[in-house]
Amino acid sequence: MDFLVSHFAEILFYILAALAVLGSVGVITLKNPVNAALSLLGTFFIVAVLFVLQHAEFLAAVQVMVYAGGIMVLFLFVIMLVSVKGLKTQAAFLSPLVPVAIIGAILVGALITSAVLLGVFATGDGGPEALQMVDGAVLGNTEAVGMVLYTKYLVPFEVVSVVLLVAMIGAIVFGRKDRFIEEQEGEVGS
Amino acid sequence: MITATHYLALSLVMFTLGLIGVMVRRNFITVLMSLELIFNAVNLNLIAFSFRLGDLSGQILAIFVITVAAAEAAIGLGLIIALTRLKDTVILDDANEMRS
Amino acid sequence: MPLEQFVPFIPEIFLAIASFVLLVGGIGLGRRGMRPLALGAVGSLVVTGILVWLFGRPAGEPEVILGGMLAIDTFAVFFKLLVLASAILTIMLATGFLERFRYGGGEFFALILTATLGMFVMASGVNLVSLYVGLELMALSSYVLVGYCKLEVKSNEGAVKYFVLGAMSSGILLYGISLVYGSLGTLDLMEIKTALVAAPQDNLVLMLGIVLMAFGMLFKVAAVPFHVWSPDAYEGAPTPVTAFISVAPKAAAFAMFLRIFAGAFSPEIDHWRSVIWLAAAMTMIFGNIAALSQDNVKRMLAYSSIAHAGYALMGVVAGTAYGTWSVLMYMLVYTFMNIGAFGLVVLLETRGYAGETVKDWAGLSKKAPAAAAGMLILLLALAGIPPTGGFMSKLYVFAAAINAGYIWLAVIGVLMSAVSLYYYFRIVVQMYLVEGEEAESGAELVRDRWAEGVVLVSVLVVMAIGVYPAPFVGWAQGGLNALGLM
Repeated sequence: MDFLVSHFAEILFYILAALAVLGSVGVITLKNPVNAALSLLGTFFIVAVLFVLQHAEFLAAVQVMVYAGGIMVLFLFVIMLVSVKGLKTQAAFLSPLVPVAIIGAILVGALITSAVLLGVFATGDGGPEALQMVDGAVLGNTEAVGMVLYTKYLVPFEVVSVVLLVAMIGAIVFGRKDRFIEEQEGEVGS
Repeated sequence: MITATHYLALSLVMFTLGLIGVMVRRNFITVLMSLELIFNAVNLNLIAFSFRLGDLSGQILAIFVITVAAAEAAIGLGLIIALTRLKDTVILDDANEMRS
Repeated sequence: MPLEQFVPFIPEIFLAIASFVLLVGGIGLGRRGMRPLALGAVGSLVVTGILVWLFGRPAGEPEVILGGMLAIDTFAVFFKLLVLASAILTIMLATGFLERFRYGGGEFFALILTATLGMFVMASGVNLVSLYVGLELMALSSYVLVGYCKLEVKSNEGAVKYFVLGAMSSGILLYGISLVYGSLGTLDLMEIKTALVAAPQDNLVLMLGIVLMAFGMLFKVAAVPFHVWSPDAYEGAPTPVTAFISVAPKAAAFAMFLRIFAGAFSPEIDHWRSVIWLAAAMTMIFGNIAALSQDNVKRMLAYSSIAHAGYALMGVVAGTAYGTWSVLMYMLVYTFMNIGAFGLVVLLETRGYAGETVKDWAGLSKKAPAAAAGMLILLLALAGIPPTGGFMSKLYVFAAAINAGYIWLAVIGVLMSAVSLYYYFRIVVQMYLVEGEEAESGAELVRDRWAEGVVLVSVLVVMAIGVYPAPFVGWAQGGLNALGLM
């Protein structure tokens, strides 16, 4: 029991990490896209919990709302929308690229593992307080993020709003039935 | 003691799985989901480093990554709709009219 | 943040507002409003150019504004004006094209403007956050533009491939950024450079981050082996969009490449140079050899664009001031010669992607001598033959590589330029030497004043740079006044 209490953080992390890896494997191996999407949803939640453990409370909330609430719903919508015809013929998992991908993955894995073991990270005055500081006072993560986002990072924030506008235009351009189709069909008929 | 290294290892696994998914899977929807895995791996890294450094810019970049990932998902799913309308397929190998 | 800091940001603000206005204006006008919309788009781009000239120029030394996100320096001004020029030429090419192919214009012009805005941020960003956001704005706009003719299967396919590989490359770039952040503790390019100058390191995490970032950037400039998206995206995209995405995003990506690698990571040059060296050599060899067997002119020009990215990468490998301005010079010439060549493809194209094969160019010198002469000059420039600008720009990058001791790279470049003569001259042979019935079978030119104007401007600029390069070289060298680059 003492072991559990004293190593609670480690045990929690390993369980969450195992679940996250399991979810990721599910995303890329499950044949049915609905199952893969649910597996991805689980992974998003686990990642949100890991964010909380790293004192990124605001981001954890954003992760749940944007990813789990927004993106996943979008995915499921589209899967339901197109599944009638397209999704029956799943391509096999095996394709000519698999050996290349596996070798590449092993190489990258070995490289990064050695980097993790031998590499040096920058150090700073880490800790939860630094991530909750606003003008020298410890307020909270959301306040701190908001303060930095709307002062130093104002320009990227404005630019990213245009990115969202472009996404909206893109979805409309691709999604709507083109208004000139009817015109052309009309001409063929006349 | 859980350090940034642990998070880096986890994010590395997720990143590699995401890359494999993008390269190997031929279903466009699954490819899109694998892309989301990649972005999540990046965010894990950024958050862990941000905590270690006591610096908020990692969290800020993570916010932008999430926003852009949402925008990318919208465009990708729009493309799926257009593709199914045109060819009744979401399998990338079937989208192969052009060949050198 | 004091309000005066927003003054150099006025061009970007204007561009964003103009794109909203075009978007809303396009809803009401439909296809009949194409010309007014195009005029509005060109007008707002010209105004943006004037605003850049008035407010965006540095008073003297480069300075950072808006919380260290953007730099005001002549490097940024050079790329901004270059991107604006290609956006204006693209809109002029696209107007007639969209009318002939019966597509609406409002979103199209708005997307060109937002892509331009993204490239502005890429050209002037000095923080990895702003650079990333600008890159994504450019990329997302380009995905939609490539898939714009969504009733054409090819356009859709091109967009799918561009999207999947573009998003993947962003992921790789981001992973690299996160590792660099973890090992240096900052996202600011100047602080990264300061940290690296103070303590040069061979830290593995940092090395891996730099290499992954290099992979991500090589994807964006379509260098081999990260080029697989580009032939399909270029062939599938509507031709004016192909002209656009083959020049402007490439120029902006090179600006970002130089800012990050020749700037922030310059203390670590010995570690990343070999990666870029290899990519440059492979890009030149593969791009030119793959172009040999293409019968589709758009696809051939796509492979030729890949090869041109390889030549420009030579200047990055050199890692010297000479190398840097030779890249700027190369991008200047490349922009005009590529837009001109694609402009002629647009003029030859009719519905259903006809007019794209090499055979369609047969006998063009008899039917339209002026157009054939224009294409001849542009092809000579692409092949790098004097007295065109293509020759001068190649000369400078080769000289940069040789000065920095990369003689083998220059040798590969020269040999591959010779190879490129073969495929460029296949079109010349069709235009000038094919006689009789075969010559009759070629495609007819479309009448389109605006697109003809684009070709004329491109030919004139390419010739001007070839005959009298001094002022252009002066502009490119002026671009060396860049924050953190020297």
